[in-house]
Amino acid sequence: MGTEFKECILAVVTTNRDKVLGSAAPVFFAENDEERERVSLLIGKATKGMVHDLENGCYIIVKH
Amino acid sequence: MDRYADIVISGILAGGIGRILLLRADYRQYPSYPRGYVTHLVLGLIAAALGAIAVPALIEKEYTAVTFLALAAQQFRDIRSLERESLERIDKSELVPRGDCYIEDIAKTFEARNYIAMLTALITSLSTYYFKNAGTGLGFGAATFLIVQYSLRGQLVKDIAEVVKGEISFEGPLMKVDGVVIMNVGNAVAREKYLSRAIAARIIPRDDNARATLGNIGQRLAIQHNAAIQLGIRKDVDEPEFTPVARRNTENGEIVMAIFSVEPDVECLIEAIRRTPVLESSKRKPLDSPAGRKAAD
Repeated sequence: MGTEFKECILAVVTTNRDKVLGSAAPVFFAENDEERERVSLLIGKATKGMVHDLENGCYIIVKH
Repeated sequence: MDRYADIVISGILAGGIGRILLLRADYRQYPSYPRGYVTHLVLGLIAAALGAIAVPALIEKEYTAVTFLALAAQQFRDIRSLERESLERIDKSELVPRGDCYIEDIAKTFEARNYIAMLTALITSLSTYYFKNAGTGLGFGAATFLIVQYSLRGQLVKDIAEVVKGEISFEGPLMKVDGVVIMNVGNAVAREKYLSRAIAARIIPRDDNARATLGNIGQRLAIQHNAAIQLGIRKDVDEPEFTPVARRNTENGEIVMAIFSVEPDVECLIEAIRRTPVLESSKRKPLDSPAGRKAAD
């Protein structure tokens, strides 16, 4: 049986570098809102994670 | 042996028919047809045979026969763990899982059905022996079956709560149903889909007992699962945002749920929720305790 991580942040996608200080999860910088939307969707699909909006320019992808 | 033929045959017949009547493959498709059926029919017949043979054995003063009944009980307990294991395995491949409580309930039901078959057979053969008439015995068997079946019938959500239509709204990324936050949906396309095509419902508990029961996570998972399989769910494994989630309004114990279903018919959603069984393992009755009663008023 495999071990699965749950309720953990898989990635951060942001348009505002200042809002993320170091993270265990990879941080992706997006030039604008459209790119952030697209990149987070793609990461979400690849990891089967869910995209959450933190409303400060950052999106996080979380495995539930 | 011939003089016991009536007793044994009537017992097995009544128990066997009872087990067949309890086998239904409805929307849940469990037990699966046809192989799952065979397993349960054979085990039901064995249970009926054990119940039926107990009477002639006791007439012959073979008291050790009782130990066989104990052995049977052990066997049927194994059925419960067998069902549990198989359902747990299946649950991993469900888009909207049943949850452990629902599985436990189903497993318990299957165990109980074998006991019903055994009890029906026992009463049938006992009354066949007593009245010296297989017809009377079968009549008593049928009565036993109906009484047990009636007393074991479970409640449905509609017995403990009111289900009404809910309204989906968004506050930024937060999806709400009737003001209760369900989840944070970051993806704008998903938000749009929820607003335009999803449906929602609100479950209003009738009393404190219902409030505690509906608050149970297993009960909520069962409601989600039932709604999803009956209405069909628009979701794939890489779209966790479309998993139906039932959330609780902590102020009043109401449950709200939104679902992105294939059939966006809110009346059907309400009906599916109303007809979800109240799980035996989720049922709580705080009003039966002095403290609970006092706190309620």
